[in-house]
Amino acid sequence: MARLQSMKMKRVGVLPGFGLSLGFTMFYISLLVILPLSMVFINTVSVEWAKIWQTISDPRVMASYKLSIGASLTAACINVVFGVLIAWMLVRYRFPGARIVDGLVDLPFALPTAIAGIALTTLYTKNGWLGQFLSFKVAFTPLGIIMALTFIGLPFVVRTVQPVLQNLDQEMEEASASLGANRLQTFVKVIFPELLPAALTGFALAFARALGEYGSVVFIAGNMPMRTEITPLLIMTKLEQYDYAGATAIAAVMLIFSFILLLIINLLQWRTNRKFI
Amino acid sequence: MKIIHKYTLVLILLAVILSGCGTTSGQNSKKETSSRETAKKKDSVQLLNVSYDPTRELYEEFNKEFSQYWKEKTGQEVTIQQSHGGSGKQGRAVIDGLEADVVTLALAYDIDEIADKGGLLSKDWQKKLKDNSTPYTSTIVFLVKKGNPKGIKDWGDLTKKGISVITPNPKTSGGARWNYLAAWAYAQEKDNGEEVKTKDFMRRLYKNVEVLDSGARGATTTFVERGIGDVLIAWENEAFLTLNELGKDKFEIVVPSLSILAEPPVAVVDKVVDKKGTKEVAEAYLNYLYTEKGQEIVAKNYYRPRNQAILEKYADVFPKINLVTIDDYFGGWKKAQDEHFSDGGTFDQIYQPK
Amino acid sequence: MAGHVSIQYPHSPVNRTMKESEPRLVKWLLITAALGFLCLFLVLPLVAIFIKAFEKGSAVFSAAISSPDALSAIRLTVLVALITVPLNAIFGVAAAWAVTKFNFKGKSLLITIIDLPFAVSPVIAGLVFVLLFSSHGIFGPWLQAHNIKIIFEVPGIVLATLLITLPFVARELIPLMQTQGTADEEASMTLGASGWKTFLLVTLPNIKWGLLYGIILCTARAIGEFGAVSVVSGHIRGVTNTMPLHIEILYNEYQFSAAFAVASLMSLFAIFTLVVKNLIEWKAKKSMVSEEGGF
Repeated sequence: MARLQSMKMKRVGVLPGFGLSLGFTMFYISLLVILPLSMVFINTVSVEWAKIWQTISDPRVMASYKLSIGASLTAACINVVFGVLIAWMLVRYRFPGARIVDGLVDLPFALPTAIAGIALTTLYTKNGWLGQFLSFKVAFTPLGIIMALTFIGLPFVVRTVQPVLQNLDQEMEEASASLGANRLQTFVKVIFPELLPAALTGFALAFARALGEYGSVVFIAGNMPMRTEITPLLIMTKLEQYDYAGATAIAAVMLIFSFILLLIINLLQWRTNRKFI
Repeated sequence: MKIIHKYTLVLILLAVILSGCGTTSGQNSKKETSSRETAKKKDSVQLLNVSYDPTRELYEEFNKEFSQYWKEKTGQEVTIQQSHGGSGKQGRAVIDGLEADVVTLALAYDIDEIADKGGLLSKDWQKKLKDNSTPYTSTIVFLVKKGNPKGIKDWGDLTKKGISVITPNPKTSGGARWNYLAAWAYAQEKDNGEEVKTKDFMRRLYKNVEVLDSGARGATTTFVERGIGDVLIAWENEAFLTLNELGKDKFEIVVPSLSILAEPPVAVVDKVVDKKGTKEVAEAYLNYLYTEKGQEIVAKNYYRPRNQAILEKYADVFPKINLVTIDDYFGGWKKAQDEHFSDGGTFDQIYQPK
Repeated sequence: MAGHVSIQYPHSPVNRTMKESEPRLVKWLLITAALGFLCLFLVLPLVAIFIKAFEKGSAVFSAAISSPDALSAIRLTVLVALITVPLNAIFGVAAAWAVTKFNFKGKSLLITIIDLPFAVSPVIAGLVFVLLFSSHGIFGPWLQAHNIKIIFEVPGIVLATLLITLPFVARELIPLMQTQGTADEEASMTLGASGWKTFLLVTLPNIKWGLLYGIILCTARAIGEFGAVSVVSGHIRGVTNTMPLHIEILYNEYQFSAAFAVASLMSLFAIFTLVVKNLIEWKAKKSMVSEEGGF
């Protein structure tokens, strides 16, 4: 079957609608993604290179890259682990309140990010409902930033893994079990490879989203220069000084970074995918 | 046949996209032309006042009073739309095409930028109205917990070890720039103008800052609602408003020995009012702020009125403070902005790791 | 995936009774871990919002959500969602079809470009439209000459929301259709069905759950977007304020209860979409009962 399908994949032109669907896709993203986002670069190159370099390599900006990337990576990792777990639970287990949990997962998207930030801050400041029981500080530290970023990124992983799990053929698992594999082996050898593309996608998206997040983080971060100042905040700072070029220069750095990261993950994913189909 | 099918589909999709944008913009231009017609007919007129955050309550009251006054005087119905936000952000919006008839922002710098970058009003705008085009002023004070448990009396106390200070980020908040400059002026007076010492003072002060919120109201919330920090550096009007809205029994105001005269300016945006034909009413609107009625409303909302008689009347609210001004002490906003808040300015320097 | 094609797809796979093959202990451990995590990250913030919303009593709550400004904000938010979601759903299906059913060069690049709006800071997503359409932007003079306003008006909000929510449906469908392959469609084509028929009768039933999730997410995000919209909206009360912007205003006016009241209304939106989703699932299940025999 595997060989058969990969053979079929190569037979381009069996299915109709290639020109139409690709044409529409290209048209749509040119208009709504490529044209607007190219403005970031057009606006940046209008300034001399030395000044751009000075802007994007400033120690404060560098510190913010480290923080933003580090916190986003951590949050995305937490999300992959718990996202897959939650998706698994929602698809495979029946327990009271499952339906409600299923709906709650989308909450981080529906809530304006600022409200999420405010709610989390209410909970986790040192006098907050939960914060008062903790011996360490959460709000106004990098930990708080990770909390907020985990919150906003969670639906990505759950919702990309969930449909794949739902469509997953349980006969394969049964076959694996009847061949003597235990549950863990079945999961690692049979289920996990099937989930991997979706989980990777979820990871990439959660990470990318976290990198750009502003609204929820400013409330819980404390925004101290060099310590808890995220890159999107610095973009805002530049704008506030009417420095459009500086703002777009930093935005361009972030954009290139996310683009490369997403590209690597997408390439990886298509490769693993080819192996498994 | 199939090809036709394809292209009709693409056309339909395109039509949907365009109509999505088209209908809404169509509506807007319709709305606009109709408002222009009514302006000609002179029975009703619309003003947009683009302002900064802490003036919400002030203009809500003032707008009502003004529409009544204008109706009596000219028989014309005037509705005033308000837009509030961070001062810099609002300035940017006006430069980028938000059609404000009047701007009432936190700093002269932001209106300077509208004149400079947007060319929407003349560069000498600040001379057009009385008192530097600032019908009301305020200053910077401290808000502390009731009973002042940490014994905070003056700026020097804020640099002590173990004091936690809340002030917004001067880079993103106009109000926070007044805070910074007030502290700077105090330190400079104390150290007889030695800049190294002043910077050291500022470094110690900002080391005590626990949270740098992006806006003045955010900082107030952090201090009041979250209970973070021992002292909030705030606009005088904001401090009063906080006391009234959120608890007279929980907080009190401390007035430092020296502070800054905060002058939030107002201006008519010439290009916009010329286009909309609202020059007359826009000018009357701002001038009304200087009248006795206007000054009374200003004082009631805890801004210091320019009118001496009314200031006297509210003397028990507004204590006399030794105030420096931005023009005399810092050489105007342009210079202050460049020296202190631009990239590499003193604010960046005090955060630079040594 | 061997040989399942003819067996599985006549029924919707989701309605099959799932066998629980882990030991009970493992199952409950996993559930506890997942629920614990959800509690900490989702339930508690939600509870906090509702408690804050009703802190000052239900009178304040109902006043907050029925004030004219709130109503106009709700109207605008719904309008924006109604324009953006269908457009992005059509785009998502087209893009997923192109990417997963055919082989062509630069596919990863294309997917990455589709992903890009997720990575863009919302502030920048708004700013790029300002750079394009503001009075100093590239198209600014032309727009002004023709008296078309985009920025600080509804079209600007629609554009920013379109950009922010563009990838959702596509991104939901691509991994799903990728695991499904092209065999079903090819079988249908070989049996003589037309392209549209194949899409409607074979592909669509296969991807309906993914499509639904995508649309739900897209809607949720379109409703909740704050950063980008904040840049392109003029913040004029009752005219260009969406719900998230209205919440910000209330919060900044120290009307915390009112702000959280509107916020809780927005979480109810999210819960409402869940009800709709479950209703559809339930209906599908009911029609399946006779075939499946039980459940």
